[in-house]
Amino acid sequence: MAELTRTRPGVTAAPVEDPPPRRRRTAARREALAGYAFISPWIVGFCVFTLGAMVYSLVISFSRYNLATNRAKPVGLKNYRLLVEDPAVMRSLGNTLFFAVMAVPLEIVFALLLAVLLNRVGRGAGLFRTLYYLPKMTPSVATASVFLLLLNGNTGAINRFLAIFGIEGPQWLLEPAWVKPSIVLMTLWGVSGTMVIFLAALKNVPRELYEVAALDGAGPVARFRNITLPMISGAVFFNVIVLTIAALQVFDSAYLLFWRDQQQASPEASLFYGVYLYIQAFRQFNFGFASAMAWLLFVIIMVISIVQVRVGNRYVYYEGDR
Amino acid sequence: MATTESSTPVSTAGQLVGLEAAGPQRSATRTPPQRVGGAGVGRRVATVVLWVLLVGFALLFLYPLVWLLAASLKPRGEVFDNKLIPDTVLWSNYVEVFDRLPLASWAVNSVAIAVIAALLVTFSSSLVAFGFAYFRFPGRKVLFGLVLATMMLPGAVTMVPQYLIWLKLGLVGTWVPLFGANLFGSAFYIFLQRQFFLGLPRELFEAARVDGASYFGLFRRIALPLSVPSLIIIFLFEFQASWNNLQAALIYLNAGSVEGFTVPLGISYAMTQFSPSAGGQGDYQYVMVASLLVTLPMLALFTFGQRYFVEGVATQGRKG
Repeated sequence: MAELTRTRPGVTAAPVEDPPPRRRRTAARREALAGYAFISPWIVGFCVFTLGAMVYSLVISFSRYNLATNRAKPVGLKNYRLLVEDPAVMRSLGNTLFFAVMAVPLEIVFALLLAVLLNRVGRGAGLFRTLYYLPKMTPSVATASVFLLLLNGNTGAINRFLAIFGIEGPQWLLEPAWVKPSIVLMTLWGVSGTMVIFLAALKNVPRELYEVAALDGAGPVARFRNITLPMISGAVFFNVIVLTIAALQVFDSAYLLFWRDQQQASPEASLFYGVYLYIQAFRQFNFGFASAMAWLLFVIIMVISIVQVRVGNRYVYYEGDR
Repeated sequence: MATTESSTPVSTAGQLVGLEAAGPQRSATRTPPQRVGGAGVGRRVATVVLWVLLVGFALLFLYPLVWLLAASLKPRGEVFDNKLIPDTVLWSNYVEVFDRLPLASWAVNSVAIAVIAALLVTFSSSLVAFGFAYFRFPGRKVLFGLVLATMMLPGAVTMVPQYLIWLKLGLVGTWVPLFGANLFGSAFYIFLQRQFFLGLPRELFEAARVDGASYFGLFRRIALPLSVPSLIIIFLFEFQASWNNLQAALIYLNAGSVEGFTVPLGISYAMTQFSPSAGGQGDYQYVMVASLLVTLPMLALFTFGQRYFVEGVATQGRKG
């Protein structure tokens, strides 16, 4: 084919009418090459920073990495054995799962409540949406430095507020049982990203459905359960998955509140998986062990996501051809 | 002929973002009378409850920010007193903080890194997205599926090997690892930008081809100028992500000099320096000033680009 086209060099006329098949084939090839050229940055990045990094990480997880010589010495399954034996790994995993189980449902419910409220209001919705979104724009360091003081057991505003009602607030940042609720509170403050996704989904629910349901005598609760929830189930599903993955990797808030310096308040309760992984990798420089930890997290996230997708597919309503 | 053709895609491209952003206002005019059921009194009670909740939550969300502003103006002994209007207003905190912390240097570092990171990722992601949107080539669907799949990959998995890659290249301690990977596009932005390109009419590109434009010319002269709204979304998102990024700064810059820190890393450092519980000097008002100063640019960005942020986040939900 290629040499045949080369025998017809003069053909560069405007392709107004259908070009002959051979020309079309070379044109297709040129188009394909151009396509590859355009996506080549991503291919390079994927091969080096994603696929390459993953393979490398797998190799390191079976090795002892010597930082002085920059060499990885194979040690078989040792890192994975240490992983199982290290009580801190299991504890941090437990803490993280516990945190996720507490945070994700609360985030979903709270964000949905806010979105429903915003969707109800007519004038002023824009103003409130702006105000609700401000925490999402606040950098995590600023959030943490404020909440560190708000959550202070003695002087903090939260306990002062509770005291008005005669409630003696806990030592949020010191008592092991209150460490995770503290971080949940901080997370809930920044829930507006999830809210915006719900709000967009709510706007897409056809009004007619509500009108018909109201004519049939359905009350607000029935309308919410039988129309709103099914119609936005796709957004709920998406948010649950994304928030779960984020919760399992929680780092900034836990690090800033508890692990900035070597001595920390509640080392048992505040050790989250992401923080322990960071400490192992970049304070202890146990790259092999940290890589094994990363793969365990990867597998856990995959399993949880797959279960969520399976369960989700049973409940999520997809419109038409989706 | 060329002018009439080009005017249509401009307006469709504008509407793509414009319509979405106008969503709340549009429904605002329609919603109130549609509320059905309930007697007059019940409805009035419901309205009152609605507004009480809306205002209550607004106060809840604003309180920490107002608290921060107040605390940043207080003298050392009053930072912890929870008063929203300081007894003593010390504007001098805002001057002294620059003596106590190398905040100016951190800000320069953060701004430079965020601008480079955002520019790089906007350009590279658009380039890749154009490849996926415009051209037909074998394996396109599989490769784009891979792009989407990488969005699910937890960052923790690639954290260590990426560090070792930068270490081998001798770039740990420089700025490069904080934006280097942005040269190669980023999955979500590629997705976003491809959606946008697919909305542009194909005839426009065909016409330019007939006029002899190169493939890169199509990208630079037609695709990019028409997709300014989504380019802004990508730039703002990445700027914010980079500005807030604590972990990468911890990994790559923490071992270097304090002047070389970014603002988040610097504040984390200052939190320890000034924290009374860690034996610090207790001048926590400076941490408050720095925290406020790291937040202000983000609030300014949001004021100007609110519709882009909201649209970008909503798009994240739509892909699910």
